[in-house]
Amino acid sequence: MVLKIFFPQCCNTADSGLLVGHWIPGHNSAVVLAVIHYPFIPGQVKKYLSELQSQTQVDLTVLGSWSMPKEGKEGMDSFLKDLSTIFPQKCWLQLSREIGKRGFICQVVQNNGKLLQDREQKNGDEGSEGDKIILIHYDQRKVMLSQLHPVQDVGQKSDIEHSELRLVFQTVAHSQPLFFLDKYDDGPLKLTHWQSEGREASIIAELLKQASVPVCIFLTWLLSLWHWFCSFRILHLYPVLFISSKLSTCVQSGYRAVHFKTVFSPKKAATHMEFMRKANIFVSFLLDIALGLLLISWLYRENRISKLADTLVPVADRVAKEFFLYHIHLWSSYIHLMSPFIERILWYVGLSACLGLTFALSVLSDIVALLTFHIYCFYVYGARLYCLKIYGLSSLWRLFRGKKWNVLRQRVDSCSYDLDQNTADTTLFPLQLFIGTLLFTILLFLLPTTALYYLVFTLLRLVVVLFQGVIHLSVDFINSFPLFAIGLRICRPYRLAEGVKFKVLCQEPGTPLHLMMEINPLKCSSVLQCYRTPTYSCYPKDSWAALCKKLFVGELIYPWKQKTDKTD
Amino acid sequence: MAEEEFTDINGNSISLDCQTHSAFCREFTVTSPKLSLRKVMVYTCFIWLFAYAVFFFTENTAVLSSAIILTLVGMMIHIHFVKVDHETLLIIGSLGVQLSSSYASGRESTIFIEMSKLKDIVINEAVYMHSIIYYLCILIKDPTDPETVASVVPLFQSSKPRLNCLVQVYRSCQEILAQTR
Repeated sequence: MVLKIFFPQCCNTADSGLLVGHWIPGHNSAVVLAVIHYPFIPGQVKKYLSELQSQTQVDLTVLGSWSMPKEGKEGMDSFLKDLSTIFPQKCWLQLSREIGKRGFICQVVQNNGKLLQDREQKNGDEGSEGDKIILIHYDQRKVMLSQLHPVQDVGQKSDIEHSELRLVFQTVAHSQPLFFLDKYDDGPLKLTHWQSEGREASIIAELLKQASVPVCIFLTWLLSLWHWFCSFRILHLYPVLFISSKLSTCVQSGYRAVHFKTVFSPKKAATHMEFMRKANIFVSFLLDIALGLLLISWLYRENRISKLADTLVPVADRVAKEFFLYHIHLWSSYIHLMSPFIERILWYVGLSACLGLTFALSVLSDIVALLTFHIYCFYVYGARLYCLKIYGLSSLWRLFRGKKWNVLRQRVDSCSYDLDQNTADTTLFPLQLFIGTLLFTILLFLLPTTALYYLVFTLLRLVVVLFQGVIHLSVDFINSFPLFAIGLRICRPYRLAEGVKFKVLCQEPGTPLHLMMEINPLKCSSVLQCYRTPTYSCYPKDSWAALCKKLFVGELIYPWKQKTDKTD
Repeated sequence: MAEEEFTDINGNSISLDCQTHSAFCREFTVTSPKLSLRKVMVYTCFIWLFAYAVFFFTENTAVLSSAIILTLVGMMIHIHFVKVDHETLLIIGSLGVQLSSSYASGRESTIFIEMSKLKDIVINEAVYMHSIIYYLCILIKDPTDPETVASVVPLFQSSKPRLNCLVQVYRSCQEILAQTR
């Protein structure tokens, strides 16, 4: 079996000392986490390690000794060998470097005193019975911050044995308390790990972290007020509920309220997925607000609102005057009544964009829906008339061919024209046939007119549906796009890891195999798939063929139904 | 270390390079033939002559500039996403197997498969249109049932070497797998 030692790059030039780390159970490998320097008191080392073990639930032990030769310091070798008796292990690693060589020398002493070391085998030897050693160098900070995908929940009790790499990543991530003490601290123990290369901290980040807790509590309180307001009985009456479920503005604001509840909860995110979701929602929301403010600044700059109002009134007037007279009369009188107020209303409605671009788009979609309500009405009338006509025509056509629709069996059956009463088939008298022919002729000649009206109204309705659909798609896109995850993938690619890459470092004879382990970042498409925020809207269920069939027959189409449950 | 004359299934010549880093670590690199300058020039001339002919009839300079931009963008996409320069298989006993494809623009895409997930490395036959080809592949274990094969990862998909090259790689890999299982 091959022994694998994961060695952090930050300890390559550390002074001599003890190696502290963790033996991975089940695989013949060890992860070195830090080096404790001389001088130290063995009792204190043992006490410190047992304290950390209770804090981190990682089984930290002394793995072996590390010797870095410096000019003038000789005679460490015998001292190092004696240490193995103070810290009893089943396997004692002795890693050392020599001046002038790049590779490490590794010796492993087993419990029974048998010495194994990695030496170059002479040709002709059968493969040695002893162990071979691989030294894998890893970047400790990156592995500590990285999350291996596919993400497995900690609480999940899986029968599947965790892979070796996953265990390595978990060990380094869970040993964070080990990295608090450093060789520059005035403690009893001096350690070298990734923090020794220089601490990374930012005052602004720390201040924000401290300030975020009271801010979150305040915002949660505001949210609870909003929920209390929404739970009024008057708002739950049927008409109000129906209208608010149809208006996309109300849907979007309800959706945002749920988001805020997730983001502003004062509890810290427990798992990686929760953290990513919170961060994604927060960054999406910030972008939304920024785009909304940008829209406001563009819209209100050159007095565009009044220009919009001036063009809207005559356009609405003209559009209204091209249709059925009674509806139009009502509609145009309504517009004339409202025309002095349109500009004010538009001004205030436009300000809603400061709640976010998605809000402004939802308001636009609702305004379009309200203004084109008459198109929807006319479409329904035309569609129903056309549908009835087609139904009548098909039924009468079947009559001529001698077939009948069997309601029980939901299929077409034949019926004969015999006058014989004893036969089981139904019979048709010539009179019925004559009336059927008349009706058929009437319906057939009225068909072009109805069909044309139906065609025009359906096309107009489809245009409106298309426009609303585009708006909904973009709102959905802004809601669900995981901006934080993509930003993390671009700026800090080591945080989201798909796997690892190995590179073979140059070989020197007499040294074990050295590998450099680097993090292989997740592909952008996998990031999008994994971190998409679930949304409420769904895509049309009908395929193109089914849609065309419905249009031909005259059935009403509802392509953009909002679902009440969350879908991913 | 060893370089012999190999060809891929279409008859183009490829080269195989085996490096032994240690007794249980080997690296195999299969290099595809490079992008041929003659082909690039033929394509470019063809597209530009066609664009000039269209310009001659329509007198619209946008056709010429769009042809130039199209050629440039097409070439960049080809060398960054399509043209594979060499493929590498690095097998480290008791750690795993790493497959890496390096594209003509220098981009490298790497996958690492751990030894615990790997069932075996085998040579499979496939019927491809009118011919039967051999390909080397890695069998991945099903995590819930170690005896069944969950998926198959084919190796050297862009260079598609022939059987003689595959057999050499297969023998070396099996030696290492036998040693360190």
